[in-house]
Amino acid sequence: MSTVAWWEHFHHVADVGVRGIGATCAEAFVQAALALTAVVADPAAVRLEQAVAIEAEGEDEQALLLAWLDAIIYEMAVRHMLFGHFDLEIRGNRAIGRAWGEKVDAARHEPAVEIKAATYAELGVGQRPDGAWVAQCVVDV
Amino acid sequence: MDTSRLEKISDYSWRLPRAGRMRVPGVIYADEALLEAMDDKVLEQVRNVAALPGIVGASYAMPDAHWGYGFPIGGVAAFDAARGGVVSAGGVGFDISCGVRTLLTGLTRADVEPLKSELAGALCRAIPAGLGSTGPLRLCDDEMDDMLRRGARWAVDAGFGIRADLERIEEQGCIAGADPATVSEHAKRRQRDEVGTLGSGNHYAEVQEVAEVYDAEAAAAFGLAPGAVVLSIHCGSRGLGHQIGTDYLKRMVGAASQYGIDLPDRELACAPIESAVGQDYLGAMRAGINCALANRQVITHLARQAIADVFPDAELRLLYDVSHNTCKVEEHAVDGRRLALHVHRKGATRALGPGHPALPPALRAVGQPVLIGGSMGTASYILAGSATSEGASFASACHGAGRTMSRTQATKKWQGREVVRALESEGILIRSPSMRGVAEEAPGAYKDVSAVVAASERAGLARRVARLRPLVCIKG
Repeated sequence: MSTVAWWEHFHHVADVGVRGIGATCAEAFVQAALALTAVVADPAAVRLEQAVAIEAEGEDEQALLLAWLDAIIYEMAVRHMLFGHFDLEIRGNRAIGRAWGEKVDAARHEPAVEIKAATYAELGVGQRPDGAWVAQCVVDV
Repeated sequence: MDTSRLEKISDYSWRLPRAGRMRVPGVIYADEALLEAMDDKVLEQVRNVAALPGIVGASYAMPDAHWGYGFPIGGVAAFDAARGGVVSAGGVGFDISCGVRTLLTGLTRADVEPLKSELAGALCRAIPAGLGSTGPLRLCDDEMDDMLRRGARWAVDAGFGIRADLERIEEQGCIAGADPATVSEHAKRRQRDEVGTLGSGNHYAEVQEVAEVYDAEAAAAFGLAPGAVVLSIHCGSRGLGHQIGTDYLKRMVGAASQYGIDLPDRELACAPIESAVGQDYLGAMRAGINCALANRQVITHLARQAIADVFPDAELRLLYDVSHNTCKVEEHAVDGRRLALHVHRKGATRALGPGHPALPPALRAVGQPVLIGGSMGTASYILAGSATSEGASFASACHGAGRTMSRTQATKKWQGREVVRALESEGILIRSPSMRGVAEEAPGAYKDVSAVVAASERAGLARRVARLRPLVCIKG
């Protein structure tokens, strides 16, 4: 069983794949959210000044991951914020969490690209043979 | 791409014969080199689209086709409502009506060259670009709905641009049938401060010089001559379009299952045209088209002001405005009968041939301007719709270069500042809020647009009129 959670990007020629890995489904979702931020800017460079509630609902784990990421993309867009830390609790078909971050600072963050949406492409949520949870999809930029 | 299942029709067109669940064949337009370089996923996606209910003719891929979501980017497919045809949110994509407009400036390279840096600065200050930037407007609810119903006409009435612009925009700047009530509050909220913004990624505003003319008669009709300077703007429907795509993709995954449509890929999410979801989507997607047309119109106004600061006598006239990601009701011949079809173009440009009644009188004899954006620092092209495009692809052509390298690969290979310096040594000024963004958009990460355009011409989709060379590029 993996004890360390991490995120990574996976190859997609036109866009970017985001993947989170963790000991639990919620942890994998949190890591996928950090991978989402990393598409735009370095998550470690984001100051944690303000918390925003993020709630999402989906009929299964995959739909819930899409709804979770889409909810974060929406808050990034309307608040012009970047998020560097997330917490999340999954209760049945609902994801209830918070995102910490700050307003985009173009000079300091040099945001690379805006995320349009999370997609069904390469969408997957599940456990690997070692028990670690993986949550991933391609995001359109 | 594994080409073993393709039949060669000509050097520039290839047929995927009907097999399995395909209702129509697939047709890919490309030369052999472009075809072989295409991802296998393109073939799979062409095949999946061919299996959707009510598709007519063929499932087409343009020469710049690459792996998309459900549909290939560079995919064209038409559906007949009377045969249970569908409309697909995946077939339009997340950036509804993303497109290009090109303005004639009346200036020449000789005029611009001594003031190029001032011009770059003025455009950079005037056009909000990049993530987190906001536009010059804050729309209240009624204004938002008015913009969504009336598109560029709303923008002109609000003081952004001139009446003459409208006849040089597809649908004269406003597509009918937009229904703001079918657009979610989330989508409208995402747009509230984004009207008149460029966005990021591959979106740009670029000052270009006409470097080469291929068809003197068409070029004259378009107002193009060697050395003439134009301004091209590439952007779409911003947050509103992205959210409409997100909202309806989810709804249509549910609707497809309700209507017994078996989706091989959920990104193909669709619903019968005549269903409530299908009609709601069409109302919302048309609002997205109008939003993109209004957005490019407002940016045009900002660019005119910026250019006037540097060249007070310059008068910018709109050559044309094309949209890449749309579903439009158009009349086409199928098996000898004229039918009203829902034509999806996902990363493809409408390319009406000479004589088409939808074209403004000044352009009708030549055909529709087809504006093809290259990657940053490379050539762009202006084509004209061919007489044969109607029969070849429901009057469609390519839309751009298409990536060959992912963003991650590009940032490993190039550094933004080096890319900017290298282009500057070629006389091309890049202005961008993000050096990482510049690296991700490095010219080497894209296909050769010249090969794509040549294949489009030889396949009979559109003919080359002029090649444009960038002078200044404002990158989102």
